Amino acid sequence: MIGAIPLGDVLLASAALFVIGVAGALLRRNAISIFLSIELMMNAANLALVGYGGALGTAEGQVIVFFIIAIAAAEAAVGLAIFIALFRHTETIDVNRINLLKW
Amino acid sequence: MIALWLIPALPLAGFLANGLLGKRLGKSFVTAAGVGAAALATAAAFSRLIPFLRGDGSPVIETIARWIAVGDFEVDLALRLDPLSALMVSFVTFVGFLIHLYSVGYMRHDETAAGYARYFAYLNLFLFAMLVLVLADNFLLMFVGWEGVGLCSYLLVGYYFERRYAADAGKKAFIVNRIGDFGFLLGMFGIFSLFGTLSFSEVFAGAAADPASYAPGLTLVCLLLFVGAAGKSAQVPLYVWLPDAMAGPTPVSALIHAATMVTAGVYMVVRCNVLFRLAPEAMAVVAGIGAFTAIFAAVIAIAQNDIKKVLAYSTVSQLGYMFLACGVGAYVAGMFHVMTHAFFKACLFLGSGSVIHAMGGEQDIRKMGNLRAKLPITFWTFLAATLAIAGIPPLAGFFSKDAILAGVWEAHRPLLYAVGLFTAGLTAFYMFRLVILTFGGAFRGSEEQSRHLHESPASMTIPLVVLALLSVVGGWVGLPAVFGERANRFAAFLAPIFPPLTENEAGGHGLAHQTEWLLMGIAMAAASLGILLAWRWYARGAGRAPQRLAASFPAAYAFLADKFRVDELSDAVIVRPFAALARLLWKVVDVLVIDGILNAGAFLVELTGDLLRFVQTGNVRNYALSFFLGLVALLLFVIGAR
Repeated sequence: MIGAIPLGDVLLASAALFVIGVAGALLRRNAISIFLSIELMMNAANLALVGYGGALGTAEGQVIVFFIIAIAAAEAAVGLAIFIALFRHTETIDVNRINLLKW
Repeated sequence: MIALWLIPALPLAGFLANGLLGKRLGKSFVTAAGVGAAALATAAAFSRLIPFLRGDGSPVIETIARWIAVGDFEVDLALRLDPLSALMVSFVTFVGFLIHLYSVGYMRHDETAAGYARYFAYLNLFLFAMLVLVLADNFLLMFVGWEGVGLCSYLLVGYYFERRYAADAGKKAFIVNRIGDFGFLLGMFGIFSLFGTLSFSEVFAGAAADPASYAPGLTLVCLLLFVGAAGKSAQVPLYVWLPDAMAGPTPVSALIHAATMVTAGVYMVVRCNVLFRLAPEAMAVVAGIGAFTAIFAAVIAIAQNDIKKVLAYSTVSQLGYMFLACGVGAYVAGMFHVMTHAFFKACLFLGSGSVIHAMGGEQDIRKMGNLRAKLPITFWTFLAATLAIAGIPPLAGFFSKDAILAGVWEAHRPLLYAVGLFTAGLTAFYMFRLVILTFGGAFRGSEEQSRHLHESPASMTIPLVVLALLSVVGGWVGLPAVFGERANRFAAFLAPIFPPLTENEAGGHGLAHQTEWLLMGIAMAAASLGILLAWRWYARGAGRAPQRLAASFPAAYAFLADKFRVDELSDAVIVRPFAALARLLWKVVDVLVIDGILNAGAFLVELTGDLLRFVQTGNVRNYALSFFLGLVALLLFVIGAR
């Protein structure tokens, strides 16, 4: 299916997704938004992998993506747990206000 | 047959027992372990001496283990027993045992159990090191003993370390010895580079087999070895430590600084006689230094008023005699004097210890007098030893000194002979001055001292008597040839140590009997003159003549009484410039330069850290931004590299 789309287009979409993710991660102040942006970047990578896999006609790309999705689920659980702990402690998840660890 | 290694191992065991347990187990244990170890070592040593006395003793080498094997460099932990080391081991253990015994009485009163244990532990350790020194079969093992006795000397000189001068004297002994040890070490390097081995038998056999090829390098090697010997045996200019070493307990002075350790240098030269005989220039230096030391120290001894200082300078002077003998090739006479000197000088030192003990620590002979009445045994033994050192026949010192002077005469060295003869007269003079001032005349000490005067306990007088007897008869083993072809049993005993090197050296023709009688007569006359002068000046004249003499030449007398100000000279020439250099290195090089570089480095790091820490904003997004920028830079780099 994916093979029907030209690789260049897939990569373009992937790059666009990645850049959006970067912009979100750098610009947003809400920790959950940053987290979502990071997920976006990861999925940009997933998309690129699937695109390459389709272009090369092998299954590896898609297999790796399955693994990444599984790990991302675990990571999301850990990340959200951290945020909850953080919020309980500081009553905020604004990363600009969580800056105790400096010089 | 008792294994050779047991002889040094016994004192080592005594050292360990006293050093580790002595403090807890008390004085009687320390006495038993310390004296017992010395006694057993003596018994073991004599049991091994017997075959040599029978005349069927060939050199025995007992290898304990391979010690070092690095490429071509192989050294065994091996002990060697031949007539020379058998002789040394016997009298070292025997005199050592007597002095251990004496120490029991001497140290009993004034020491705590801990100090007493420490004293005997060191004394045993010394005995161990000395036995290793004389039994060693190679230069390296000998060096171990050599350093060991130096260490023990330091420890025992500084035994009363809470007194500043004793601690300083210990350090002085150690440092001056170090100069000599360095010479020995260099000599050892030289031997290894020449012969490729350090084993005595191989080195000497190699040198004897091909004298011509080794002779050039041997002069330097022998001179370096002699530097070592001069340090250990207190020869000019390295003698300065020995008089100061008298700060130690008196039995220590007797054992280490009169009878045994200081003769190690002579022993080493005699041991290496093969090398020295191939280096005539080095021999000439040995003889010259020896003769100069003999007369120099004897002159100083004349004007000393401390009983132990007189004996110390006398020891330096007598050691000079021994080197004089070695230097003219009369090695047997040198060794003979080593042995007789051990007897009479140990007796003199122990006698002086008995005097000091009775006088409650007083050492100034001007405050003594008439001790003959209160300390008869000490007096008679001291007198016997004095007659021996003065060279009055038939006591031990006469024969050994006569053998040396005859050897010098035989070597056709009239100047050295004259020096030796004059020194013999001086020796008789200052020794009788000492005896007369100490034991004769009227008592000049305080009232309290005079009440306190007493003869020493038996453990102190027995060694005195034994040593005095040996001072009397000890010389009879080496009678000169005029008493018969085989009279000099000592020379015959040591003969295997001196392998013939060249045909013309075989000599051994000896002196004509008339010459020999004449030489004996002259030596006796010199000694008698010295005694007579001392008697006239100090016994009959009650010391007025020398006082007038000193008053007429005050500067000269002060110069002499100050021991020619050699210490002051070395202080000005060596010690103070060295201290100034050390201060320079400390204040400038160390504090400013080295610490400066280090502190500058630390300051730089601190400054960098101070500036860079502002990068750590604590704001996660800043970090993320720098990640991103880094990633972009990396990508640009990778793409650009294409």
